[in-house]
Amino acid sequence: MPKEKKINLPISADILERLAKFQEIELQDVDIEFEEIELDLGTGGGGGINSGVMSRMAYEFAQIRDSTNRLTYLLGGGAIPTTGYAQQAVQPQQVTQVAPSRVLPTELITAKTSIPQGDYSGEVVEVRLGATKSEGGTRGKSYVIGGQTTPAYYNFQVKPKNRPVLAMDVFDWPKVPLSKAVKMHFRPVLNDVGEWARLCVDKFGAEMINIHLLTIDPLIEDASPKAAVKTVENVLQAVDVPVSIGGCGDPQKDLKVFTAISEQIEGENLLINSVTLDMDIEKSGEMIRDHNNTVIAFTSMDVNKARELNRKLYDFVPKNQILMDTTTAALGYGLDYAFTVMERCRLAALKGDPELNHPMSSGTTNAWAAREAWMKMGPEFDPRELRGPIWETITGQTLLLTGIDYFMMMHPAAVNALKVMIDGLMKGEKPNQPTDWVSITVGGN
Amino acid sequence: MPAKELSPIEIYKLLPGTSCKECGETNCMAFAAKLVNREATLEECKPLLEEKYADNFAELWSLLKPAVKAVEVGVGENAITIGGEYVLYRHDFTYFHQPAIAIDVTDEMSDEEFETRIHVLNDFAYNYIGMDLTLDMLNIRCTSGDPQKFAEAVKKADELTRKPLMLVAHNPVVLEAGLEVVGEKRPLIHGATKDNWKEVAELALKYSCPVVAYSPSDLDTLKSIALTLEEYGIKDIALDPGTQPTEYMSVNTDTYTILRWNAINEEEKGLGYPLIGAPMAAWAVEEEDPVLNEWNEAVIAGVLTARFADLLVIHGISGWSLLPQIILRSNLYTDPRKPVSVEPELVIMGTPDENSPVLLTTNFALTYYTVANDIENAKINGYLLVVDSEGMSVESAVAGRKMTAESVAEAIKDFKVEDMVKHRNIIIPGRSARLSGEIQEESGWSVSVGPLDSSGIPSYLSEKWNPYPE
Ligand code: B12
Ligand code: SF4
Repeated sequence: MPKEKKINLPISADILERLAKFQEIELQDVDIEFEEIELDLGTGGGGGINSGVMSRMAYEFAQIRDSTNRLTYLLGGGAIPTTGYAQQAVQPQQVTQVAPSRVLPTELITAKTSIPQGDYSGEVVEVRLGATKSEGGTRGKSYVIGGQTTPAYYNFQVKPKNRPVLAMDVFDWPKVPLSKAVKMHFRPVLNDVGEWARLCVDKFGAEMINIHLLTIDPLIEDASPKAAVKTVENVLQAVDVPVSIGGCGDPQKDLKVFTAISEQIEGENLLINSVTLDMDIEKSGEMIRDHNNTVIAFTSMDVNKARELNRKLYDFVPKNQILMDTTTAALGYGLDYAFTVMERCRLAALKGDPELNHPMSSGTTNAWAAREAWMKMGPEFDPRELRGPIWETITGQTLLLTGIDYFMMMHPAAVNALKVMIDGLMKGEKPNQPTDWVSITVGGN
Repeated sequence: MPAKELSPIEIYKLLPGTSCKECGETNCMAFAAKLVNREATLEECKPLLEEKYADNFAELWSLLKPAVKAVEVGVGENAITIGGEYVLYRHDFTYFHQPAIAIDVTDEMSDEEFETRIHVLNDFAYNYIGMDLTLDMLNIRCTSGDPQKFAEAVKKADELTRKPLMLVAHNPVVLEAGLEVVGEKRPLIHGATKDNWKEVAELALKYSCPVVAYSPSDLDTLKSIALTLEEYGIKDIALDPGTQPTEYMSVNTDTYTILRWNAINEEEKGLGYPLIGAPMAAWAVEEEDPVLNEWNEAVIAGVLTARFADLLVIHGISGWSLLPQIILRSNLYTDPRKPVSVEPELVIMGTPDENSPVLLTTNFALTYYTVANDIENAKINGYLLVVDSEGMSVESAVAGRKMTAESVAEAIKDFKVEDMVKHRNIIIPGRSARLSGEIQEESGWSVSVGPLDSSGIPSYLSEKWNPYPE
């Protein structure tokens, strides 16, 4: 396959822009450069078929229908035996219609659908993110999240109190592996984390910036805590939204770096991402408390582990400085586990569990771990420029419905889509004239 | 009754109690446990079908029946079931019937569009961890108002697809024109409104079809219609509370949650039926580009999948928007009580010989299919040893001790890998590197640590792997 190949996007040029509500139009041409996928999958992909003919419209689909089976086979390995699935038991069908035996109604029976009120004894604590000048920091705004007394968006019980916050990820290492659909939006700023942050806030509407200090990783550059402090200062200069600080995953190094940052940068109420069970909880907890920062308690998809970490942190950190993150897995790659663990945590909190009633955080960027988010597939699944961001969107919004309060995201269109979704969920008002889907006509049909 | 509140004892008391084993279980108690988990159906206990147990059968039936009625649409092997759910939250038990996706056509579409839409319905398939994910139904709407046109469209659709149909027309005359064509194939009829309910109820009875009660954004009227249909003698009902565009998403989440909550937690009369959702409401909004309509439609479909809809009417047919929808519903409707797993075995990939590589992986379906696809697509000849990790992915299995040096050594023995290859070298996933020493010790095989991601297997094999080190 050629290293680089040009194809036409079968959608209007600025569609991604509009999806992302970009403030300026950057792409003028319909052509978008596609390069080889980053991971060598050794598959046939869609090579040979001109993706340009594909589009959303049905008749175009028909043209490639014949190749569908071959591609499905290539991608999905249809030849592999489907072993191991327990058949789901289906309840036997009841006798269907019975002849009316009594006097038939002649009028609609009047009825009232009750509005269930639920019975909750717990309440999620409220946590502040960031600090404005009057709060001792330098940020233009700060946010309060949490405070729920009912499951997520049960507006019929209680109107949502606080709006979830959407942060965008930036990295201090230009070589961070990003899929093409993401990278195309950040290419000019990959080398400058401050500019990267500014782009996210000014152009893509990020409400917070989530810095990933990858270079401190002993396996990458083993950058010093001092260098990390500079990076964070750089970002704080560039943007005026609150900032969260992500480590590299090495429990010792992360603690060292978080401590240096906390000591050098006071008053900003940074969000430390994250403290885990394999870190020194006492030192981590004292660091958060002494410098008045906020922390994400991160565990791996286990309600009990989440409880355990929170409990350990309580010895040092006030409850209203803790968020919890029980791990986000991508749509198709374990989203079901992520969804259920989060839903269980939140429902337990509302039932009064005193160790789980924290706002929840999601690393929604993990959606890109799913191959379907970025991989070349058959042309019937093109364009990747839409498939990727919708993957992140659906991953994020599914978890939003479990009660996530803080999102860490990557693709501008996904950020915007989630914002629109949150608007719709927070609004809580009915349309004057409900949509009657039955009578919709599309394109004159 | 919500499933988890049933105890096997309650069920056992109503079974024949002879432990005759006809159901395939060793005794009635074991069968009772299966029933409680909905892993068996009453009919599998043959003695129970005898006349003398009729009362017991009826009582068991009502104890075990789902809070949301299972409604069958279509006939024969093409029939599908919607509803049949027991719980509000999947972790309380499991969800059973994925929301059916019905692709939209109208009786005013051009032949070309009409036909290709049906082809998409028929042919769209994605193989996801061994399951073929497909689309389920055709939604035929009358937008012309003309009975003859509608009948023609229905006839054509019936010739082009065997998937079940939903006939959508609120004028009873039009509806009957469609039913005259496909009435005996048990289409879902949409629907009964506050104005036409009587005529539509008559049609539902005449053609013996399930019927949708429709009342956009008015739940009191929706319940009125459902109760009236019940009173009219109709058993198979579905509820369509209307779907609103993204801007009014809270109306959607509220509506569907209220209905499902009342059905499950309150067993409220008239509401224990499957819910129809119409993400295609997104197409009612004027957008500059249809891509935006389709994007919003997928987004609404995602929300309604997480929030209890049992059937989704979809207009957009692009792969990029359908794919996340079908994977989401598959994910949320997997049984949270057990991970999706495959049979542990030695899988022969291509045409291996005695010098071919032996690769280790776990029996989590997602892991297995990812690895097997990578190997297959690269046309590698070799053996894939699938160990029983109780359905855990590589790292979870290692961390949770579901895959250990002992279980790997045992699998090498059990599946007679020695007889297949001359060398004694096994390639393990990079993410299980820390087991390499122990596996070597336990099995006597030398261990090569492969790449972290299975996509790296082809280059690893050609560049690094050597089963016969000097
Ligand atoms: C979903 C998940 C779960 C689910 C289980 C899903 C399942 N059925 O396996 C649940 C919630 C149940 C779970 C439980 C646990 N988990 Co878990 N889990 C995850 C998660 C989020 C995704 C795992 C996954 O599905 N990956 C996708 C599959 C396809 O990947 P894979 O099996 O590794 O296969 C890939 C490679 O290994 C490779 N490969 C596979 N086979 C082969 C073969 C060869 C020859 C080669 C070369 C390559 C290769 O290619 C594949 C494709 O890339 C990860 C974190 C993450 N994002 O990775 C944590 C993670 C794996 N879990 C972890 C842990 C600790 C656990 C628990 C022990 C405790 C816990 N809950 O925290 C339990 C153990 C379960 C038990 N009782 O046995 C840790 C492991 C840490 C470590 N390195 O030791 C992780 C990394 C999270 C973390 N950072 O803490 N987990
Ligand atoms: S078939 Fe019925 S009676 Fe016989 S063992 Fe099974 S449950 Fe008991």
